[in-house]
Parts: sequence; structure tokens; C-alpha cells
Amino acid sequence: MQIDEKRIRAYGDTFNDGMVQASFSLPVQHGPKGDEAARIIAGKMGLEDAEVVHSRDLGQGFSFYIVYGRLPAFVDLTQIQVSQVEVESMDYYEINRYIEENVGRPLVVVGACTGTDAHTMGLDAIMNMKGFAGEYGLERYPQFKTVNMGSQVPNEDLIAKAVEADADVILASQVVTQKNVHLENLTNLIELLEAENLRERFLLIVGGPRISHEMALELGFDAGFGPGTVPRQVATYIAQEIVRRQGEEGN
Amino acid sequence: MEKKLHLDQEKVKRGRTAAASIAEGVMEDISGKTTVAVERTILRLLGVDGIDVAEVPLPNVVVEKLHDEKALDKGVAHWVGRGILATGKDPQELCREVAEGKIDLLNQPEYSDEEVRKALEPYVRQGLEWVKEQRRRREKFLEQLGMGPKPLLYVIVATGDIYEDALQARSAAEQGADIVAVIRSTAQSLLDYVPYGATREGFGGTFATQENFRIMRQALDEVGEEVGRYIYLVNYCSGLCMPEIAAMGAIERLDMMLNDAMYGVLFRDINMRRTFIDQHFSRMINGYAGVIINTGEDNYLTTADAFEEAHTVLASQFINEQMGLSSGLREDQLGLGHAFEMDPEKEDGWLYEVAQAQMAREIFPNSPLKYMPPTKYMTGDIFRGHLMNGMFNLASVVTGQEIQLLGMLTEAIHTPYIHDRILSIDNARYVMNNTRSLGQEIFFREGGKIQTRAQEVLNKAVEMLEDIAELGLPEAIEEGWFAGISRSPFGGKGLEGVVEQGDKYFNPFLEEMEKEREGYRHAD
Repeated sequence: MQIDEKRIRAYGDTFNDGMVQASFSLPVQHGPKGDEAARIIAGKMGLEDAEVVHSRDLGQGFSFYIVYGRLPAFVDLTQIQVSQVEVESMDYYEINRYIEENVGRPLVVVGACTGTDAHTMGLDAIMNMKGFAGEYGLERYPQFKTVNMGSQVPNEDLIAKAVEADADVILASQVVTQKNVHLENLTNLIELLEAENLRERFLLIVGGPRISHEMALELGFDAGFGPGTVPRQVATYIAQEIVRRQGEEGN
Repeated sequence: MEKKLHLDQEKVKRGRTAAASIAEGVMEDISGKTTVAVERTILRLLGVDGIDVAEVPLPNVVVEKLHDEKALDKGVAHWVGRGILATGKDPQELCREVAEGKIDLLNQPEYSDEEVRKALEPYVRQGLEWVKEQRRRREKFLEQLGMGPKPLLYVIVATGDIYEDALQARSAAEQGADIVAVIRSTAQSLLDYVPYGATREGFGGTFATQENFRIMRQALDEVGEEVGRYIYLVNYCSGLCMPEIAAMGAIERLDMMLNDAMYGVLFRDINMRRTFIDQHFSRMINGYAGVIINTGEDNYLTTADAFEEAHTVLASQFINEQMGLSSGLREDQLGLGHAFEMDPEKEDGWLYEVAQAQMAREIFPNSPLKYMPPTKYMTGDIFRGHLMNGMFNLASVVTGQEIQLLGMLTEAIHTPYIHDRILSIDNARYVMNNTRSLGQEIFFREGGKIQTRAQEVLNKAVEMLEDIAELGLPEAIEEGWFAGISRSPFGGKGLEGVVEQGDKYFNPFLEEMEKEREGYRHAD
């Protein structure tokens, strides 16, 4: 059978049957009315001949449904363009291997919640052993040597520690800020580094729920990470950026 | 229980002896010291609750004032006792007025130690009586309602909103859950205070507050009556407020607490001295309240290889057991942890899981083992995940585990949806009901893979424990013997909250608990 690339439909066991399955819960008492509600919802999802093949009571006025149906939707494969993701996030093992092979020594990261900020959850999510969302923090990576200075660290102390530890990376975190004090604080960090002629020595990263990459660049950082960032993304960025810079120096 | 592995009992004894000497070393290290968290806990047990105008909990306000004035070496009990004598107010009123700046605890007349103790006595008795009353209530519920068959089915809720948590917990209990844990908001363990009141927003979990404990307790008591089973409530007794959480749990009748000896040190970078001091008091409270602690050995395996590092789990179980016993917990209050985390691609991997689980069962026969589900190798493939959880449930029922934290098929994707939880309960009930007596029907082949594996793990664990006993636990942690993590005795968070006790220091609750524990021991 010739596949029509202009009209690709879901496949169950016959070309173009469009068979899909879905499961969901409803805040509805289990019973015939609930089943019918689930079938109608499946219909509104666009499924034809929708069938509730299983339902059960979840208690407290909730019920669970598994439905099958034919999905008429199709795609034109010839029209699909996939843009390449700029930084493909590597996993824990790949990152360690990458650093080992391309740098040949563990990278030193010094992190702190700078200024008045006492909220370390963002910094800890990225740096602590336990990490965040099932992702281990930088501390767990054999190829990162980390110093987590904790909360309310003056910018001066952060810089002093980074110099002392011969850091590759400074990680500044700003979680709770009133009246945009974080902007002043982050600007102050950059100014101090520039005054001491240290700006180029470190890869400078800032993270926090109100931080975007764009804003970080504007402030003079190398990168900014916002909410939902997992340690692996930061780790990948650090590894690739350090290696890229090594390449530049070599040239 | 029938022994099937024929483990070398001499080795088991050696492991226990080494762990006891490790625990003794820790106890020596912490004696004569207290922490800001311990002192805040004393206030909570004296009935101090509430917040000041800046929303800082009163126990924090009062203890911080004393700490700032370097007066904590006498202990908060001393200062509050004097305050009661001087003003005639009860601890709650007294602390509120301290917070309002109306009373300065340091500026009160001197009284004899005897007078101070006597002034506190009614409040100490009241605090302890309430905890005992809650313990009696639990016993009564268990007598009337009973509980589900073991392994008990343990599920988590984590919506961030305590009222929605309560709804999901009721649903889970109706569908067969025996134990409900409310996952804490991310990084609450690093807050040096306990948030106040009912909370409806959290990060990846729900804040542990006394009011939230109360709301959940009430929901579980109600649904327990409906389904005819007592439903256990769990929270997290870890982090910088470890003993305070224990006290709040004792007051609100929580039944289980996550309470590991080394978790905070290793995974949260909390100073080890701070942790060990806080932990001792928290465990004394848990022991007194009849709470079952759950230890956190599963955490070692989340990156370390479960096959290669299996002996570190056993070694930690030995240490947790001995440290628990030396803090007043009974064997049947020690929910020693381990996890089903081997690579599912490993040939015979399930046999090695069974070897590990059976070994823990035979070495700690009187402790309710806490078995943690696969997480490391869970992917977005929910179908395979569901099957892995089935294999985990089978390993548990065959080896007689008691506390089964149910794996979720969506483990690697999101916090559980309401039906994920029910699907996991269905999975466990099916597997466990279908194979309930399998463990009693099978033996392991003499010198076969399972027996050999268990003995190997035991040998390595004993070797490790004897090395640690020689070196000392803080030194071993500093050298990175657990989970490959190195922590220094002077590093980590919270060291500034550790205080040397002066001559006048006393902790009236710890003293009473120790006294009663001695009485209990002699009665045995």
C-alpha cells in the first residue's frame, strides 16, 4: 500500500483508520450519566465512533474513563518544517563525559543568592545534590565542583569566593525581590566585576522566577534562566559555553 | 518469620555492633548541645503558637531574641519559667508580649532552679498529656477500625492546596490507600521556621504547617470511619525544623514521619552537628508519640547504581536502627527504607531486588520496612512504568515488606493525577491479592543466585560499617562514603543555630521523655 504523505492519519491496525486512545477523569459521579458525558467529550475532541471501553469510580464524586475512537485529523508530511533546537540539552552522563573529554577537569561553579534575598530554593534546586523535578543538582555531577554560598551573600563576598575557588562560573540567584531591588543588585554585581577587571574571567549566569535570558543579557550577564529550569539545562549550557570559549582562546 | 537466605548470623551481629558504636560516637558528639530548633520545639510543646505582625512564628521571635543576646545557653525553658514567675502569664501570653516588645525575658528577677521548674511543670505536663491522649486515640481507632493488610499501600498527594489535598486523599482512601503522605513544598526543609496556618499554594507540594496537619488529620479520620480502616498520615520530619515538625505531628496525631539520620546532611547540605542534635530530640518526640519513622535509604540509589551500591543501603539501615534505638524509638517504630531501583534491563535484576528485600526482612524482623518504588528508570513510557510497578509490588509481597510507597506510572512526567493514584492502587491490590501467600510457598535454592547475592551485600555492608566505626561517622561522611557526597562537620546550613548548654540549661520535655522511657524499659 502506498502511503499518502499528504494525508497521514493515526494508525490502529488498518491504514487510515485513525484509531486513538485517551484516558481522563471527570468530576462526575460514576454511572451511566458519567459514561455518556465521557463519550460526548470524546466526540468534542473530534473522535468519531467514540466508545467508552472502561470506566470506574474514583470516589468523592470523581470517575475515570478510557475511550477509543477514530480521529479524522490528518497531517501533510510534505509541509512540515522542523527547526533545530539551538542547544540540545544533554543528560547527566553525557554532560559529565563531555566535560571530561573536552575540558579534562571538573568545572568550578560558585553560586549564591546575592544581596538581601533569603530564598535559596531556586539556587538549591539547581545546585543541591537532590536537585529538582527528578533531575540531580550540579553538586551531584562528578565533573562539577560546586560551592553553594547560600542566602543573603553580599556581591563582594561572592566575587571574593569565586576568585579564591578559581571558579569558571558564577551563578547568582534572585527569587523574591521587592520594588525591583534584584535589578539594582544584579547590576551592582556586574559593576563590581568590571571595576576589578574580573568580568571576562567568569561565565556569569543569573536565575530566578522573574529572570529571562533576554533581561540577563541586557544586564550584562552571559545567560539567564527562568522558572521551570532544570539543572541539566544549566549544566549543558555551562559545559558547551566553556568549551566554546576554550575554542575561541585556542584560535 | 521463616529464614530463607541462611545469612551468616555472626556477620549480622558484627554489623549491629559496629553500627551501635557509630551511634554512640554521634551521641557523644551532640551531648551538652542544643539548637535554635530544639528550643523552638520546647516552646511549641509548652503551647506557644501563632505569629507576630511580621508573620514570624512566635517560637522563632522569642528564641531568636535570646540567641541574639547570647542567652540561649541557659535554654528557653529557663527564661520562660522565670517570665511566668515574674508576670503570672502563661507561656503563650508571655511570648506574645515578648514579641510585641512589652516584656523583656532577660530583664526578669532571678528565681531558684527549683522555682523555675515548678512554674513550668503544669505546662510541661499539659503538653505531654495531650501527646499521650493523641496516642491513645490512635490506638483506639486502630482497635475499632483496624488497618489494611500488609504491605500497607502508601500514596502521596501534592497539589499545593491543603483542601484539594484532603479531597484527593479521601478519594485515595476510598479506593484502597492505607497511608497518605502530603509532599512538602520544594525546599521547605531549608526554611529555619515553620510556616503558619492553612496554605493553598506551594511549589511542587504543600507546606507543612500545624493547621494543614489538622485539616488532613480530620479528613482522614472521617474517611477512615467510612471505609472502616484507620488511615495513616505522614509528613516530613527533616530539615532545619526537624524537632518542631515532630512536635506538631505529635500534637496533631500524625502516624508516620520521614526522619532519616543522614538525609539532611547529604542531600540538603545541612550541617551535620545541627542535624544530629535536632534529630535526637525529634526522634525522642516521635518515639513518645508512637510515630513510625521512615528512613531515606532510597535516596542513595537515585544516582548511585542500585546493584553496585546495595551495601550502602544496608549499612545505612543498620546505622538508622541503632541511632533510632538510642533516641527512644522501638524496633516496631523503625520503618527502615530501601528501594526497587535496579536497571530494568539487567538480567535477573528482579532476583537481586528480591535478595535485597528479603535480606532486609530477615536482618530487621521486627521493623516495618519501607519499600520505595522505581523512579530512576521511569520514563514517559507509562505502559512500561505500570508494569515495572507491578514487578515492584510482586517483590514486596513475596518478601513481606510492610510499607509500600506505590509507584506512579507517570512518575517521570508530573505529580500524580487523581487517576494515576487509583491505577497504582489497583495495580498493587491486584498483584498483592493474587500472590498473597507466595512468600510462604517458596524457598530459595541453597547457594543459588538470591542467597549468594544477599550474603555478598551483607559482607560488604559489615566491612563498611566496621571501617566507619573505626573512622567515625562525621569523618566517613566527609570522605564521601554515602552516595558519593562529601560534607564537612563545619560546613552546611544551620551551624550558627547550635549552642553549647550552660550549667542552668534544661529541656523539661527531653528529661520527662527519657524518664518515662526508662520506666518503660524496666517494665519490659
